[in-house]
Amino acid sequence: MKVLYFAWVRERVGKAEEALDPPPAVATVADLIAWLSQRGDEYAYAFEKPKVIRAAIDRMHVNQDTAIAGAREVAFFPPMTGG
Amino acid sequence: MTVPVTIRLQKEDFDVAREVAALSRGRTDIGAVVSFSGICRSDKADGEGDAIAALVLEHYPGMAEEEIARHAEEAVSRWPITGLTVIHRFGRIAPGDNIVLVVTASAHREAAFHAAEFLMDYLKTRAPFWKREEGSSGSSWVDAHDRDDTAAARWAKS
Repeated sequence: MKVLYFAWVRERVGKAEEALDPPPAVATVADLIAWLSQRGDEYAYAFEKPKVIRAAIDRMHVNQDTAIAGAREVAFFPPMTGG
Repeated sequence: MTVPVTIRLQKEDFDVAREVAALSRGRTDIGAVVSFSGICRSDKADGEGDAIAALVLEHYPGMAEEEIARHAEEAVSRWPITGLTVIHRFGRIAPGDNIVLVVTASAHREAAFHAAEFLMDYLKTRAPFWKREEGSSGSSWVDAHDRDDTAAARWAKS
């Protein structure tokens, strides 16, 4: 799946997007955040407050208990500040 | 009748008067047009420190258009509006310059007022845009406000 990062999540991770293939045990958005956090200091920093992080699957807002099975594009970002 | 909906994301500035005129030109069914313009201020969002030099708006291309379209569709289904324009800029925006425009048209004012306010409240909290303030002492991301969530929550359907 393609994983995208925006705003300060992107800055902390150090990249805007990457292709990842998490193991089957990673079932939900929350699982994916926990799995990413183990990938290195930059990920641990980006996801240090997991509850603050918002997520979208295939360009739709989702809660962190949403399953990621079949997702083509998962995005992580801070609360939005547009308008 | 299909309600004309225009949604644009762009780096360039927009002309409020031109967009308002474009929505109502050639039509005699529109009795009310409401427009809201969001403009870049020079004071920092948290009220601390020096004036900002610019806002830099990052967005999620693709999702931003789709999310705004979903809310535009909801506005059309909830109020008898007869035209709608949403323009949101991204990139670097200087104090005094436009950030966002919502224009709604309807036969009577109530629907146009409500739909414009609904759309702005949702743009603030659901459209994937993020503001970064650039100043003399570096740059920082703007924090989301609880008051914006509260404003959006009042439109939730029970």
